Amino acid sequence: MKFKSGLLLLLALAAPFPSAVLAKDTVKLAFIGPLSGGNSAPGLGGRNSAQLAVQLRNADPAAKYTYELITFDDECKPNVGIQVATKAASDNSIIAGITHYCSAVGIATVDTYSRFGLPVVVWGAILPEITYGNDYREIHRVNGTMINEGRLAADFLTKQGYKKFVVVHDTTDYGKGQNKYFTEYLKPTGGEIVATFPVSPDQQDFTAELTRIKELKPDLILIGGLTPLGVRLRAQMDRVGVVAQLAGVSGIMTAGFLEGAGAAGEGTISFHNGAPISKYPQGQAFLEAYTKAGFREDPDAYGPFAYSATNLVMDAIEKTGPDRKKMKEVLNGTKGYKALVGEINFDDHRQNIVSANVYVAQDGKWVYWPDSEYAAGKKKLAKN
Amino acid sequence: MDVGILAQQLFNGLMLGVIYAMIAVGFSLFFGVLDVIKFSHGDVVTVGAFSSLGAAGLAGGLVALPPVLALASGIAAAVAIGALAGVIIGRVLVLPLRHAPGVNVLLATLMAGTVLREAIRLGVPNGGNPKPFPALLPGGSIKAGSFSAGIDSVMILAAGLLLVLGTHLLITRTRFGLAIRAVAQDGEVARLSGIDFQTVVLGTFALGSALAAFAGCMLGLYYREINFNMGVLLGIIGFASAVVGGLGSMLGPIIGGFLFAGVQTLVVVALPVSSAYKDVIAFAAIIVLIAIFPTGLIAERRSERV
Repeated sequence: MKFKSGLLLLLALAAPFPSAVLAKDTVKLAFIGPLSGGNSAPGLGGRNSAQLAVQLRNADPAAKYTYELITFDDECKPNVGIQVATKAASDNSIIAGITHYCSAVGIATVDTYSRFGLPVVVWGAILPEITYGNDYREIHRVNGTMINEGRLAADFLTKQGYKKFVVVHDTTDYGKGQNKYFTEYLKPTGGEIVATFPVSPDQQDFTAELTRIKELKPDLILIGGLTPLGVRLRAQMDRVGVVAQLAGVSGIMTAGFLEGAGAAGEGTISFHNGAPISKYPQGQAFLEAYTKAGFREDPDAYGPFAYSATNLVMDAIEKTGPDRKKMKEVLNGTKGYKALVGEINFDDHRQNIVSANVYVAQDGKWVYWPDSEYAAGKKKLAKN
Repeated sequence: MDVGILAQQLFNGLMLGVIYAMIAVGFSLFFGVLDVIKFSHGDVVTVGAFSSLGAAGLAGGLVALPPVLALASGIAAAVAIGALAGVIIGRVLVLPLRHAPGVNVLLATLMAGTVLREAIRLGVPNGGNPKPFPALLPGGSIKAGSFSAGIDSVMILAAGLLLVLGTHLLITRTRFGLAIRAVAQDGEVARLSGIDFQTVVLGTFALGSALAAFAGCMLGLYYREINFNMGVLLGIIGFASAVVGGLGSMLGPIIGGFLFAGVQTLVVVALPVSSAYKDVIAFAAIIVLIAIFPTGLIAERRSERV
């Protein structure tokens, strides 16, 4: 009885707006990122930002379609990534994907998307090979690569007066790539890498490595890895008594790093291919809409890219209709597209051209270097 | 390499070793009394770590407790919940399967471990993420030349060593220990001489699991970060240490634990490029050692079983 009356009530409520609900076709989009595990903070931030783009578009009466975001958790693991990528790509009702934060997953899934012909836009993974290592016309990327992050890191850090470097990188494609590009760009600057430690991404104890590092007395330790590695290394540096500046590219530029490392994280340098959200013309509006939507998690450093990627995909669908092939062609030719993260221009590998920026952890926040107290000379970076 | 750095590496090895030993002793205890391998042991370490984080956090959240009391409540919760988990696994899974082939117990406890791990992942808010562990031990460090050790690390090392020593004394010097040894020698004869078999077995499970849970709490204090799958590799390392040291003996797993940690540290010291392979090399060393000493370094026939 209760069930029946509930159903009646539901019907009664729905009755006044039948036409509004049924007027538009629904188009499904896949969002894939790490929603659990050590890298879930940027993953959830990315998901929320993509969700926000969809919500705003659905509220827009001018939109031709109603969009639905189907979210998948790749757990930042290549094998899980391939499973969910196959699931999304083999579902013909899904027209496009906004995919991957973790490079190791991003590179593992490119073949899958190409095989099933699902156009995707990468929103976070920075391994160059994802776009440059193949010629799949399904793969696009709105954020930059570790090439420009690595180049900036080498350039900026040597200009700050650091000469002796140690690299600790994880043994995934992501960590190895960072080591490769940083080392390559450091050579012409005259900086020296005194030791390189490849470590497993889930290694817990770094005291032995750090003791070796202490003996080498480097000026700076560069982390080629993601947040969990960064947190552990930072926490254990103090334990072993290593005094060196810490830096890493965008993999550690997360709220999770600041929370996990606590006060010890202060002064850590990071490089990111996005500018601070407040520097973008639509940044303030994005933040307001994000807050208004009531998401529990922060958009994190890559949220604006996920938001831009989702809008890019929806705009292509608006032009061509929900057809994977046709909208892929439109995506391929993206030039001068005005997005939240600035103008998006794809090169011949469908890679957006962006420049990297320097950030520093200051008072529990990632601060744009030129605006920081470190740049102003009020606070000092660690010197051995 | 200067003496300070050498001392530092030695200290790192000791820290790891004492944690491995605490876990390995449990494996040896269970094997001693019942000839079983309890594979959920690594996940009991995680249960201990999360119980202590929960209790310390809860106690600290309700009333502003000084760190000492928060620490005490954290340790108490870890030990109590760890022991309880051990008793439940022993009573529900191990004892009923006592006469079944050993592989059944192995499989049942392996599954129980997965249940514990997934329960933490799904039950703890945001359980898939690493959790920062509060610094409840005094800060500061002891420095001598290039050697530096946190006071908290020294306390953890001391606590671990004392606990392992205490367990040894409990087994060798007390009535309960005598009962454990009697059951280990021959369960039937022990029963005939009036020993409550089930209580002794479950007591051993409680003891071994409490030790593992305590190790979990210590790990949290040492690394300041815990996560739901930290126990998987630790369980395997603990098991390997117990086997190479000599399953069923008391000294064996302690030696095995320090040996494993020693090899891991040595790999990093001697071959920095192969840091990523330190587990591989340490396990390879274990394989070689068990090929040479099939019954462990402390062979069972030469030592008294537990």
